[in-house]
Amino acid sequence: MSFLEIRDVHKFFGEAHILRGIDLDVELHQVVCLIGASGSGKSTLLRCINALEIIDQGMIRIDGERCSGSGIDVDALRQEIGIVFQSFNLFPHMSVLDNITLAPRKVLRIPMDEAEDRALQLLARIGLADKARDYPDRLSGGQQQRVAIVRALAMEPRLMLLDEITSALDPELVAEVLNIVRDLARDGMTMMLATHEMHFAKEVASKVCFLHEGVILEEGPPEQIFGDPTEERTQAFLKRIIDAGRL
Amino acid sequence: MNELGLLVGSPSPRRVGRVLTYRKAAVVSLLFPPTGIASMYYSLKSAGLARKGEVEPAREAGGKARDWAWYSVGIGLTVYVIAFMAYVLFNNDGAVRIVFFAWSILSDRRSWVSLLKGFWINVQVFMITEVIVLVWALVVAIVRLLPGKACRPIRFLATLYVDVFRAIPALLVVSLIGLGFLQAKVPLAGDLSDMQYVILALTLTYGAYVSEVYRAGIESVHWGQLAAARSLGLSYSQSLRHVVVPQAVRRVVAPLLNDFIGLQKDTAIISFIGVLDVVARARFINNSKGTLAGYSMAAMLFLLVTIPFTRWLEWLQRRTQNRTQGGR
Ligand SMILES: Nc1ncnc2c1ncn2[C@@H]1O[C@H](COP(=O)(O)OP(=O)(O)OP(=O)(O)O)[C@@H](O)[C@H]1O
Ligand SMILES: [Mg+2]
Repeated sequence: MSFLEIRDVHKFFGEAHILRGIDLDVELHQVVCLIGASGSGKSTLLRCINALEIIDQGMIRIDGERCSGSGIDVDALRQEIGIVFQSFNLFPHMSVLDNITLAPRKVLRIPMDEAEDRALQLLARIGLADKARDYPDRLSGGQQQRVAIVRALAMEPRLMLLDEITSALDPELVAEVLNIVRDLARDGMTMMLATHEMHFAKEVASKVCFLHEGVILEEGPPEQIFGDPTEERTQAFLKRIIDAGRL
Repeated sequence: MNELGLLVGSPSPRRVGRVLTYRKAAVVSLLFPPTGIASMYYSLKSAGLARKGEVEPAREAGGKARDWAWYSVGIGLTVYVIAFMAYVLFNNDGAVRIVFFAWSILSDRRSWVSLLKGFWINVQVFMITEVIVLVWALVVAIVRLLPGKACRPIRFLATLYVDVFRAIPALLVVSLIGLGFLQAKVPLAGDLSDMQYVILALTLTYGAYVSEVYRAGIESVHWGQLAAARSLGLSYSQSLRHVVVPQAVRRVVAPLLNDFIGLQKDTAIISFIGVLDVVARARFINNSKGTLAGYSMAAMLFLLVTIPFTRWLEWLQRRTQNRTQGGR
């Protein structure tokens, strides 16, 4: 039994059939990279896992526990699963520190000073301790995204979902964000990331999944997917990436 | 010429635009000569310099002509409006002055004391109503935005309330509730004071307006904010309370303020149901003295409260903005 089991998941937006039977297993401490063309359903899949979208068919289990369908405690589920978005989504009316401590204080009921101590430790780890009292719009995009990651980590999730977290960043800011993800991978955090950074996927992934029109067409270790893909569509996709100079 | 046939750098230097002398503006501004003459002077000077080929000084003079033309508009309008008002005031042997600003009444301490007593009722009504509306309207707005199929009936209820009370004139609502509830001994609300009825009526009316303001504010907060809050494990109501509503409220301070000024003025309606507010007392003064000075005095009292209130709220808004934007 895997840590995260995704079985025959379907998702419709109105008439549009966006996820068409996703099957995927993620083991503890694995880093799974989702690659695929724009619109193939990477974000939708990640959002289904933490119930930001309700799946129409199929089953998602974490540690054997059903966490999709009716009657689940979504708030409790989301405490286990952190997600970071492409567009940061920091709360603009709160300081960096408040952004990070809000959920621990209100959801986990951790006392203020304790929550702040932990937040400051996390900020120190990513070199942003001096920005704790600043408001998000004073930070660069890379700094904002790092804060967003720390904000998710402050809930001590068992699984992190990262949805193209470097796509909105200037190229020179990408590295500082990826370094954190690399550290997390080294620390054994279980992660799923949708990404267009193929170099990075190649480096950190334990498993790469190629999504095409709502199904996982091919999955395997990065060496195999990037080096010797069996599916024609995967080959075509990677060729386009290479032609664009991104691999 | 390059391949595209475009002039990239023509050999003879080209000028960017002509010299602007603002002649027409200067002519119009002569309608108010003190500054109009200055405008005309610079306009002519600019044209003269331009003819001599001194482009830079000509442009500078042209700029001054424009500035003086704007001064003419602003100062001229003010002066003429004041002059017109003075003319109206003192025409007909000062009839206007006597009707609106009869000095014998304006200088009468007892009139002011009586009006102030009435105005205190208006102030109480709008202060209490504003506080209740602030909360009540937010509740209505949130109910209207509740997600999901199960919430459809309650959403409908809230929508119905807003539609109904925005459609009925405040005067009618106050009259119906203020007079009718007592007469009909309406359950739960058959035995309130006049002031309580008025507060109830104005709350219902303005609650409907203000809830729409809140709703627009909440909808303007990017959905990603709610998604981020929910994905951290905050419940829907926690997300609203800590993330969405604080941002929404900051955005709607100006229209909110607008509605509240409307409410402050609408408290004048309560004189219709026999409450001795400032308007009722002003009417009494007018009737006994045969002028309208009572109304003028009441108007002054409203001005005295509303304008500082507006400035104070603007200041408050600027301050919170500076704080959340880190001083930028
Ligand atoms: N809320 C929604 N309502 C309707 N359609 C949606 C919604 N969200 C996503 N879609 C559609 O679902 C499809 C998959 O979207 P998704 O965002 O999952 O793609 P993606 O693989 O993440 O693409 P990208 O690489 O551009 O982020 C798209 O065609 C999109 O238009
Ligand atoms: Mg996406």
